Amino acid sequence: MTGLSGAAPVVTLTRARAVVRRGIIISSIALIGIGVAAVLALGFTPIEARQGLAQKIFYLHVPSAWSALLAFSLVGIAGGLYLWLEDPRLDLFAAASAEVGVAFAAVMLTTGPIWAKPIWGTWWTWDARLTLTLFLFFLFVGYLALRAAVHDRHERARFSAVVGIMGLLLVPFIHLSVYLFRTLHPQPIVLKPSAPSLPWEMLRTLLVSTVMFTLLYIGYVTIRYGIGLAIDAREQSDAG
Amino acid sequence: MADGLRLALVIAAKDVRAELRSKTALLSATVFAALVLVIFNFARDPTALSATDLAPSALWVTFAFAAMVAMNRSFTVEREHGALDGLLLAPVPRGALFTGKMLANLAFVAAVEAVALPLFILFFNVDLSRALPGIIGTAALATVGFVAVGTIFGAMAVRTRFAELMLPVLLLPFMVPPLIGAVQVTSRLLAARPLSEMMGWLRLLAVYDVVFVTLAALAFSFVVEE
Amino acid sequence: MPSSDGSLLAAVGLERSFGHIRVLRGIDLRVGPGDALVVVGPNGAGKTTLLRVLAGLTRPSAGEVWVLGKRLDRSTPETRRPIGFVSHQSMLYDDLTIAENISLAARLYGLADPRAKAARALESAGLAERGSARPRQLSRGLLQRAAIARALVHEPRLLLLDEPFTGLDAPAAERLRELLQERKQRGLGLLLVSHHLDEAWNLATHVAVLGGGRWLLDEAKNGPLAEFIPRYRALAHG
Repeated sequence: MTGLSGAAPVVTLTRARAVVRRGIIISSIALIGIGVAAVLALGFTPIEARQGLAQKIFYLHVPSAWSALLAFSLVGIAGGLYLWLEDPRLDLFAAASAEVGVAFAAVMLTTGPIWAKPIWGTWWTWDARLTLTLFLFFLFVGYLALRAAVHDRHERARFSAVVGIMGLLLVPFIHLSVYLFRTLHPQPIVLKPSAPSLPWEMLRTLLVSTVMFTLLYIGYVTIRYGIGLAIDAREQSDAG
Repeated sequence: MADGLRLALVIAAKDVRAELRSKTALLSATVFAALVLVIFNFARDPTALSATDLAPSALWVTFAFAAMVAMNRSFTVEREHGALDGLLLAPVPRGALFTGKMLANLAFVAAVEAVALPLFILFFNVDLSRALPGIIGTAALATVGFVAVGTIFGAMAVRTRFAELMLPVLLLPFMVPPLIGAVQVTSRLLAARPLSEMMGWLRLLAVYDVVFVTLAALAFSFVVEE
Repeated sequence: MPSSDGSLLAAVGLERSFGHIRVLRGIDLRVGPGDALVVVGPNGAGKTTLLRVLAGLTRPSAGEVWVLGKRLDRSTPETRRPIGFVSHQSMLYDDLTIAENISLAARLYGLADPRAKAARALESAGLAERGSARPRQLSRGLLQRAAIARALVHEPRLLLLDEPFTGLDAPAAERLRELLQERKQRGLGLLLVSHHLDEAWNLATHVAVLGGGRWLLDEAKNGPLAEFIPRYRALAHG
């Protein structure tokens, strides 16, 4: 495999553009799907007894957090595979996944407090989902900062892979710490919908939303990956 | 295996000897720790928050940040004059190189903690007579974990332009589980709670150490070799 | 066959890229006992990269390096043992004395009685009285000698040098030449990268010109420097 270790680009510019186009199509479908999910949530899903209409944000929140977690897991897995296979596409994919993931995490972290304040009277709660997403956000930021600061492509790919893998293994420890912390310091359970027993309509809407968010993740990553390929192809033709 | 350990000790001894001569990392980290403790003391309202409530967090935040100051130097010293190449040229297995660097970092961080702890006792007026062995043990357990991660991240950070900034940005999320665990155990130790209440946290610390020391040692060759 | 031809160092098909820039594009070479290969070439030709690949510090994108008949392999540290390397940086620690730096090297190579070995290395380098000095206190010439003493303490079979004559005054350069000549006669293989052809010429048994990552010329030395220079100019600027 050439690419990072050789002089040929990973793919040609034309192919890269095709990848970006495909990503745009997938993202568009996903955005429509999210619109459908939103309609489902507002019009076709029962209102939750205790929290009222405001609970509906749940159908956007949970999938965003899920997408951020998915994005980060793939960053770590792609990193591990890169160290093993040395395929530069894995590094380009990891970078794309990180950028998309940090966006999902940021959206979730900003909409969360904005919604929580009028409803719960508090900007922030240290509940499991928010805390984990906050950590993912910091891990993403560190990852992207490191990538920006390392100029040699081999080195950047290797370093990113190591940070990605270590970050991925950190996630269970964060989760465990928060869990241990909360069982010993019981706090009012604010976002109750973590409960497993959801009525069918709510579950359905949540599933639709999650699938659509995952599709959106795939679409955005495809776009960003395609852009990464295009940049690679452009640099190759510049280097001559 | 024995040879690897010997080489690790050679490298650790080299780092310790060099640092004892220049003292830059040790001094800055120790002064930093003292300053942080002082600030914690002035930054609280004594009527609202008792010293014992704040104490565990103050101690561990101090340890965490001072450790980062101490660990920064580990690879900057290898970068001057290309000395790391000298280590890489020799038939030294990369795991031994990592272990040596980590042991030296442990020694430095332990030294800073050993100075910070008496200052902490002094400033916060805590009675550690019964809790001291437990606190030392917990400190050891928690420190090993984040020093392992700090060592490998230090090797990466030194290759960037703002190493002193990059190391904390990368390392801090990784310090959270050991910190939470250490603070929880410390506050229970200070309150003379039974061991059973701390077991969950101690297990977390131990598992964290095993996972991250192993991972850092394995990943090190990818970081340090071109 | 690199594994059995008695060479100290052999390389086959070395390639190395940084990003999209191909720095080495298929390099073969061979250094036998008593050989001194001098590599010259314009800046940016890839000379330092070549040395680092041969020393095992940088991994080639393609190709293999053979040291004393064994393939240089990162997972087998022992394959690096016969190599000595003198970089343009000293590789010495500022906070250790010269003697301590060299005995550290001896320890890293697992030598018995490292301090005695270091003392002996310092003596051969004519630095016996400066052993307790710190690197910062030495002049460029003395620092160079210390770096070479460090590289030779484990008695390598092969010495790779990156621009060793840079920054040396005439007596220091002469001293370096004598040292290398003497070792060469004892069977040490040398590979020098050097801009300073006038300094390195007498030492050389082989000359190679690296340009754009390839050999533009690779031959045994067969004439005085005055004859070589015009050919070199033509190649390098052609």
